[in-house]
Amino acid sequence: MLELAVKGDKKYWAWIVALLAVIGGAFLLYLWQLKFGLGITGMSRDVSWGFYIANFTYLVGVAAGGVMVVLPYYLHDYKAYGRITVLGEFLAIGAIVMCLLFIIVDLGQPMRILNVWLYPTPHSVLFWDTIVLNGYLFLNLVVGWNVLEAERNNVHYQSWLKPFIYISIPWAVSIHTVTAYLYCGLPGRGFWLTAILAPRFLASAFAAGPALLILLCLFVRKISSFDPGREQIQALAKTVAYAICVNVFFFLCEVFVAFYSNIPEHMDHLKYLFAGLHGHGLLVPWMWASLLLMVVGIIMTVNPATRKNETTLAWACVVIIVGTWIDKGLGMISGGFVPNPLHEINEYAPTLPEIGITIGVYAAGALVLTILYKIAVGVKEEVRA
Amino acid sequence: MDSSRRSVLKFFGLTALGLAAKPVFNAFAGEHGKSAMHFEKGAEALKAKQWAMVIDTRKFESPDELEPIIEACNKAHNIPRFENKNHEIKWIWETEYHNAFPQMPNRFLSEEAEQRPYLVLCNHCENPPCCRACPTQATFKRESDGIVIMDFHRCIGCRFCMAACPFGSRSFNFRDPRPFIPELNHDYPTRMKGVVEKCNFCAERLAKGLEPACVEASGGAIVFGDLYDPESEVRKLLRENYTIRRKQSLGTEPCVYYIV
Repeated sequence: MLELAVKGDKKYWAWIVALLAVIGGAFLLYLWQLKFGLGITGMSRDVSWGFYIANFTYLVGVAAGGVMVVLPYYLHDYKAYGRITVLGEFLAIGAIVMCLLFIIVDLGQPMRILNVWLYPTPHSVLFWDTIVLNGYLFLNLVVGWNVLEAERNNVHYQSWLKPFIYISIPWAVSIHTVTAYLYCGLPGRGFWLTAILAPRFLASAFAAGPALLILLCLFVRKISSFDPGREQIQALAKTVAYAICVNVFFFLCEVFVAFYSNIPEHMDHLKYLFAGLHGHGLLVPWMWASLLLMVVGIIMTVNPATRKNETTLAWACVVIIVGTWIDKGLGMISGGFVPNPLHEINEYAPTLPEIGITIGVYAAGALVLTILYKIAVGVKEEVRA
Repeated sequence: MDSSRRSVLKFFGLTALGLAAKPVFNAFAGEHGKSAMHFEKGAEALKAKQWAMVIDTRKFESPDELEPIIEACNKAHNIPRFENKNHEIKWIWETEYHNAFPQMPNRFLSEEAEQRPYLVLCNHCENPPCCRACPTQATFKRESDGIVIMDFHRCIGCRFCMAACPFGSRSFNFRDPRPFIPELNHDYPTRMKGVVEKCNFCAERLAKGLEPACVEASGGAIVFGDLYDPESEVRKLLRENYTIRRKQSLGTEPCVYYIV
């Protein structure tokens, strides 16, 4: 099926070349980072994880979101999703590739990365995270690729795939649960030390992932003769609507617990994010924008009129993607580090090279996604021709 | 074609067999004779079940008095000095009461106690969250004496330990520290960029029968000893004085005690 990826028009190749150029530029920045060290980023002794890990966390969510089409199709036999499950699985692959790249660019000594497997350490959540992420990548590659190939050959997919498909469903939940456990099991980090962190991550994942998938479906319809289908997009939209509601609800639960209990350690991080603390409030406008966007997202996806209109739905998806990205990508990680364990405030903002490398990782993910979608759409067009 | 496939399969089969068999050979090799390399602590080494420290904060009045203590550590461990605060490396440093003990912000505290300078360093916790978090066991609790120690050569620089430490005791080499070391001490290794580091309770000095550098420089204000030896100087101080520890409620069991 790979041959489908090299048969494209001028626009397709221009896009590929553009992505390669961005990746190349970012790679040069990464070489600089390798030479100098992570000191070219905005991270510090106090905020020791920044933009890379935040985007990693966000993309784990996007990857897990793919399960929202896999589960109804394979477990509930919701036939309509048969058309787009592979799009969900391929989106997950692209997202996981970015996650792994973000982990690598965040390491101080990336050439030692295999130490994680040379000295397997079951009491470290990070060890498990490498297992679940690579496992999920493998599952989606095997399932997505083989099911698509079967569709191309007009046969039912191989029966040995079934166990992999069923395993991939709880596995999707596991990737975001384990990623949340990276944070929520740490004593002394009041912002993350909450049992609701994993559910909250999942809620935002099941909003952001399917929202991105809707946009991709609309895009595929526009540029190819394959229509992912109105019913499918509407069903996804309902998932997004529920998930974004639950996400905001979980957030409000956090706010209630922190402020009604009145425990300073838990309140301080939220205060820092939404009001500023001791005169430091770099993220305040961002956090309010995030909350506002998510509320607008709720209104636009819950209201049938705006949900059923695909133009407003597309805007709702953009709003939700941006809102959840700010929430997780900007607030969630640095919010947990400010104030620091000694209750000092050292704020964090990514530097330009850091943002450049981040864009490069996104471009690499986009490249993987483009190639995989080109193949998937190519097969769909072939079958329907 | 067929024969070449067979030879490839053979090659992989033998490789797999070899890899699988190696640990078995190692096990047998281990039984005969000792390995050529053999390390053990010198006869003069100080030993303990769990090293602990008591800092008598009453003996410090101004930050100037802490300066030589911190300097002794910095010198002994080749700590670099950076202009950029983001890149800072700190093993032991001075802070204020409400920063050292943010969970005990007593109001209307005795002015004298509140204005004293406080030394903070790695607590060498008995249940260290940093060691739990490390994915490569590059940081671990040494079984022989309870020191939480680092293997700078194994650390991958993921900084999970820094997020896990509730005391902010760990530093990361955001850039090559070597050009920024004021005065090189050849008895202790320098670090490279991209690895985490922190106080090691002067494990290298204990092995030679010396007390930690900060203890030596403190003129008796810091006392070091075995927490599980009822006769140790540390236990004597704990018996006779009211002491506190940083963030005791987290259950990490810090081994640095403060007389306030």
